[in-house]
Amino acid sequence: MSETSPPKGTGPLARIEARLAWGLLAPTITAVALVVLLPLLAIFWISVKPVSLADLRAPEVVLREDIRGDDEAVGDQATIRYRLRNSSQEQPILGVTFADTVPEGLTITEVDPRCTLDDRALRCDLGDIEGGYRESLTFPAIVAQPYLDNALRPQDSAADVTGSASNVLTNATFTLDNFKRVFDGAEFWSVFWVTMFYTVFGTIGALLFGLFAALLLNKSFKGQGILRGLYLFPYVSPIIAVAFAWILLFDPFSGSANALLIQMGVTQEAINFFGQRPLALIMVTIFEIWRYFPLSFLFILARMQSIDTDMYEAADMDGASPFQQFWALSVPQLLGILSVLFLLRFIWTFNKFDDIFLLTGGNAGTRTLTVNVYEQAFAVSNIGAGAAVAVVIFGCLLLFSAFFFKFISREEGL
Amino acid sequence: MSALRYGFVIGPLLGALWMVVLSTTVAVAMSFSTGEAFRPHILLSLLWGGIIGYTISQRLGDFWGEVMGTASLVILILLASGPLVVGPEASAFASIFAATALSVAFVWSVHVILDDMPAKALTRHEFEGAVIKFLTGFGYIFFTAIVLIPFYVMVLTSLKNQAELIQNPLDFSVDLSKGWDLFRSYDELFTQFNFGTYLVNSFLISVLTVFITLLFAVPGAYAVARLRFKGRAAFSRSILLIYMVPMIVLALPIYIAFSMTGLRNSLVGIIMIYPVTTIPVALYMLQGYFRGLPAEVEEAGLMDGLSRLKVIWKITLPLSLPAMASVSLYVFMIAWNEFLLAFMLLDDPSKFTLTRGIASLNSSEIPRQHLMAGSVVATVPIMALFLGLERFMTKGLTAGSVKG
Repeated sequence: MSETSPPKGTGPLARIEARLAWGLLAPTITAVALVVLLPLLAIFWISVKPVSLADLRAPEVVLREDIRGDDEAVGDQATIRYRLRNSSQEQPILGVTFADTVPEGLTITEVDPRCTLDDRALRCDLGDIEGGYRESLTFPAIVAQPYLDNALRPQDSAADVTGSASNVLTNATFTLDNFKRVFDGAEFWSVFWVTMFYTVFGTIGALLFGLFAALLLNKSFKGQGILRGLYLFPYVSPIIAVAFAWILLFDPFSGSANALLIQMGVTQEAINFFGQRPLALIMVTIFEIWRYFPLSFLFILARMQSIDTDMYEAADMDGASPFQQFWALSVPQLLGILSVLFLLRFIWTFNKFDDIFLLTGGNAGTRTLTVNVYEQAFAVSNIGAGAAVAVVIFGCLLLFSAFFFKFISREEGL
Repeated sequence: MSALRYGFVIGPLLGALWMVVLSTTVAVAMSFSTGEAFRPHILLSLLWGGIIGYTISQRLGDFWGEVMGTASLVILILLASGPLVVGPEASAFASIFAATALSVAFVWSVHVILDDMPAKALTRHEFEGAVIKFLTGFGYIFFTAIVLIPFYVMVLTSLKNQAELIQNPLDFSVDLSKGWDLFRSYDELFTQFNFGTYLVNSFLISVLTVFITLLFAVPGAYAVARLRFKGRAAFSRSILLIYMVPMIVLALPIYIAFSMTGLRNSLVGIIMIYPVTTIPVALYMLQGYFRGLPAEVEEAGLMDGLSRLKVIWKITLPLSLPAMASVSLYVFMIAWNEFLLAFMLLDDPSKFTLTRGIASLNSSEIPRQHLMAGSVVATVPIMALFLGLERFMTKGLTAGSVKG
């Protein structure tokens, strides 16, 4: 008796299809690997290196070449001078050599012991040089007629310099100092709590405002399209433009908001909205809500408009009041999109950098983890510490994503 | 809650609260447009709002009675004992205008709110109906105000000069007699600050980003949506995951790599980076759309002897033009608004994009109206594009989960 079963393994057609699929995906995968995965690996590498902004340039031999003395007439005594220095003050450069061609018509009369002259080819071997090294090598030479006829001067032909320095980014020095620095003392926890406050309240606020706005516009009337477009303005305009508009609006000296509040008698003297704790943190959170409520509004509105209206009519017949309908019918229908939005926005708010950077620069108790990356790497010039903060952020991100995927696999859509 | 459910309770209550909302709105609007001192008087607002709310909810007056009521509210405001207090410097026209606007708007809107409500006991439906109308009115005013005010300040600041701004930060009235001189900041931006070049740079970079993104994302999205291969699910998840990696984490190594290879400070470097940040989004949005297209049409094409690539080119792409439009618009928006990378990677003023150019205006030596004029220059094109193609945009944003 022969057993019938579905074919096992992959047939030739399936293989062709898979090959085509990978072919179509290859450009994307390559590009993403180069710009996303490689930098991510680099971040992990840098985070265990003692590297500062100044170390980004590997030490190198700087060589300048000129001719001194008279070189105007045949028989003049001139000196070819090579000035060398190590661009780094600390790090040595190993196996430094340079080679140059002496211009035609110059005859070198005396050669430095470290150098050899073969016809017009000059070659010097300086061995290892220390950090902060500088030296001038001089070669007396006699000028002959061809040199005067020829416009070529010693500095016109660049000398060929070799030498290898150990680059802090590629050598085998590792350190955990960066992480120690990051987790040191109370600073990390204050940064962490600021981030959590900003993320949690920013996310929830944007969701609630989005829900409110969606409820307002979930009916058709004249001008609905215009209002919908208007309510998306904060989200589509360039962050830098709206951030500066807010800074001007809330300026403590000449901001309109302060003038308005004083005139209305709410406050006696100007409030420094973005400059004092804890108001600055509340303000950047409000800004976050203001800028991103349109996104939640859009998604929630789209979901609302796909809900069957029959259900509401039936509920109306049964005597359910508007608020009861909202709680018992709308909210359960919207729960899916709300929770997905919450998770997505939570992750993105956690990752947000531009907004706080532009509004306060991380001052007045608004330094979040992402601003700390910039602060450590560029303000303090400690790239290693910046990378260490980035690794911490990435760790949190993985944690959130794991949660997200576990959840979203149950929650269809998006 | 049930104690509230009487017309003679809820009428004055909603009337009082609504008067606070409206008088604050009128005061803020008048202050922002004239610079004069208008402010709401909260206690008097509650009082007069409550009285009018009671009268209307109990149907005490006919039409003429209400007209009389409106007129007396105007007079009360002008006599400084109404819900709105007008400063002594305000012009007579502005005061009368504000008083009339507030009175008419209040009486009319409180009518709308309390209309379907009986005078005595209310059912739950009627009660909630009135509350919802109140909340709706409040919501429209609130959202319109918070969205418009920053943009209003942005545009009008750019038309002022430093002295006027310091003198009265609330005075946003436009002095039309200045004529073209109003736009001096804009003129200076384009003649002295090179904004023409920045505009062109931003535009070129954004358009190129759109093209390169589509070039990569269309085949990728098609493969994920239509072709069966091992690791498809894992792939579409990793796309989402990549989409969640914060830019600042990537910006650091990119900065280092670009510093070392000399790509920093070049537009080529920017064009190499931007598309990669948008490809995952575009791929995700497009594959969602491709999945919704009927597979039968493509299969018919395959049967007729077209290759897969031809099918994509001749069948799938023409069918997905609306999706392409919204993805392009969205990618254009991301590239146009991008700030962080441009800020970190560009130092040479001749190569700035608009956002980087605006960042360079943020210094104490440059007057603030220039900063705002620059912001307007960056905002207007994207707004115009977006309002013109709003339908596509709304669809596109909701089609793929979208990052901000």
